[in-house]
Amino acid sequence: MLRYLVYRVVYAIPILLGVALVCFALVHISPGDPLISVLPADASVELQQRLLVIYGFDRSYPEQFILWLGRALSGDLGTSIASGRPVATEVFRAVGNTLLLAAVATVIGFFLGCLFGFVAGYFSNSWVDKAASTLAVLGVSVPHYWLGMVLVIIFSAQLGWLPATGAGPGGSGQWKWDWVHFQFLILPAVTMSVIPMGIVARTVRALVADILAQDFVTGLRAKGLGDLGVFFHVVKNAAPTALAVMGLQLGYLLGGSILIETVFSWPGTGMLLNTAIFQRDLPLLQGTILVLALFFVFLNLLVDVVQTALDPRIQRS
Amino acid sequence: MAQAVLPPGEIEVEAPVKAQGYWSTVWQRLRRDPVAIGAGTVLLLLFGMAIFAPWVAPADPLQGSMIDRLKPIGTEGYPLGADELGRDMLSRLIWGARFSLLMGVTPVVFAFFIGSTIGIIAGYAGGITNSVIMRTIDVFYAFPSVLLAVALSGALGAGFGNALLSLTVVFVPPIARIAESVTTQLRSRDFVEAARASGAGALTIIRVHVLGNVLGPIFVYATSLISVSMILASGLSFLGLGVRPPAAEWGLMLNTLRTAIYVQPWVAALPGVMIFATSISFNLLSDSLRSAMDIKT
Repeated sequence: MLRYLVYRVVYAIPILLGVALVCFALVHISPGDPLISVLPADASVELQQRLLVIYGFDRSYPEQFILWLGRALSGDLGTSIASGRPVATEVFRAVGNTLLLAAVATVIGFFLGCLFGFVAGYFSNSWVDKAASTLAVLGVSVPHYWLGMVLVIIFSAQLGWLPATGAGPGGSGQWKWDWVHFQFLILPAVTMSVIPMGIVARTVRALVADILAQDFVTGLRAKGLGDLGVFFHVVKNAAPTALAVMGLQLGYLLGGSILIETVFSWPGTGMLLNTAIFQRDLPLLQGTILVLALFFVFLNLLVDVVQTALDPRIQRS
Repeated sequence: MAQAVLPPGEIEVEAPVKAQGYWSTVWQRLRRDPVAIGAGTVLLLLFGMAIFAPWVAPADPLQGSMIDRLKPIGTEGYPLGADELGRDMLSRLIWGARFSLLMGVTPVVFAFFIGSTIGIIAGYAGGITNSVIMRTIDVFYAFPSVLLAVALSGALGAGFGNALLSLTVVFVPPIARIAESVTTQLRSRDFVEAARASGAGALTIIRVHVLGNVLGPIFVYATSLISVSMILASGLSFLGLGVRPPAAEWGLMLNTLRTAIYVQPWVAALPGVMIFATSISFNLLSDSLRSAMDIKT
């Protein structure tokens, strides 16, 4: 176990370096002058040269990469060209909101997905299974940004029950678990939960059907174990994989929230990316993507370790 | 299994029985699957619509009319309403199929060729080559797909070509990974060993023995990605990173109609229905194809 843990952590280091390299390269695959958005149109060549030196764009690529990496490691992700504020501050303020949204969505999606998956797997090939499986296919095929729009049309525009956009009074900084704020979370979180719901339902259905078909289940039933007892055995066997899928989905949602955040104007990293792209604020784009990718690598690592800890079958192999 | 699908009469007439080919078995299974028939029909209609757009569409998709802005569904002359610039929605949806399908399908096709090549080379070569290629692929796995697509097209700048390029980069790693794992399993099989022992070169073995066995699973996997690709491609356009206005594309139409959800909500939601229908059809057809080809992954 410990050896595996060390191996996984050591293995993550080159991946992290690769991730950093890709993020670094993003600025350089971008066409045009990286300073274009800060420079006035009539800037003198002299001013341009001075800014090039200040931002470090005059050095060679390897040199720039090492300098950038060193600064990033010490928590300095550069300065946002558009707002003039440090990128790290902007990203960490937004990441909390995205985390909140993604976590709530994952929890909803996981519970519904497990429910549908269990029912479908238990009564496999019945109409219940067909209905639950159809729902799962719908969940993975729906363009979620469109689903978000439809929910806004129904619950905000037509019924007027829930607010359409934003994160409540006080904006991003003052989240509280009261109805005034919570009502803003419902629509985006439900929209977002559809993706993990479909995937979790598919996984759990396959797992449950597979476990129920195994000999040990027949053995348990022959021994006289009731449905509830068998159910616990199924849960125990399905849990590590289901939890792993949930962990990965949380990671995907963190990185993939940009479309839903745009629909609901949710003040998270997705909105930040949107701003960064349209104001050509490359340091902000780079910093946000780096932080999200790091989260994703870390979550993957965590999922692997937890799964190994939970599942004795993996430890043995 | 091949016998089961032949009508009993024919078996007696033709002796010896000619074994049925793999692909005709797959085709026969698909033909009996109502889900596959349904999804296939929808896709054929959509592709037909895209190809024959100039003849099918009742009006010019770019010609607006200031007095006909945001007409509801069922207005005379506008069977599916008019958009925020008074353009005929039906015509725009039909023309939109061109860009949307092209943007959704092309990246997967490119990625299929590039990813299979990379994966087969890595899987067949093994050793250091394999490690170098697969560890590089792992780096791209460290980005959620939406994030990678947005990051690349955000950095490259908005545009049709850049969106295609970004999506291709997103889909190469998963396809390469599948290709690598299938090839690795195959290379230690007896018939490959036998070919090697009888002096066949690497290229011959790959062409004769490997390709035929690995392309099936990779193909099925790639078809399952088209659904994701459709959603992502339209998503990029929705963010303003794909085709530029005034071109008709479903994702872009959703974006420009967002402001109209309080005035003509159901007209605004229409482009999404098209994306949904396409994506679900590809998903269902891919599932049917997987079971018809009897591939377990």
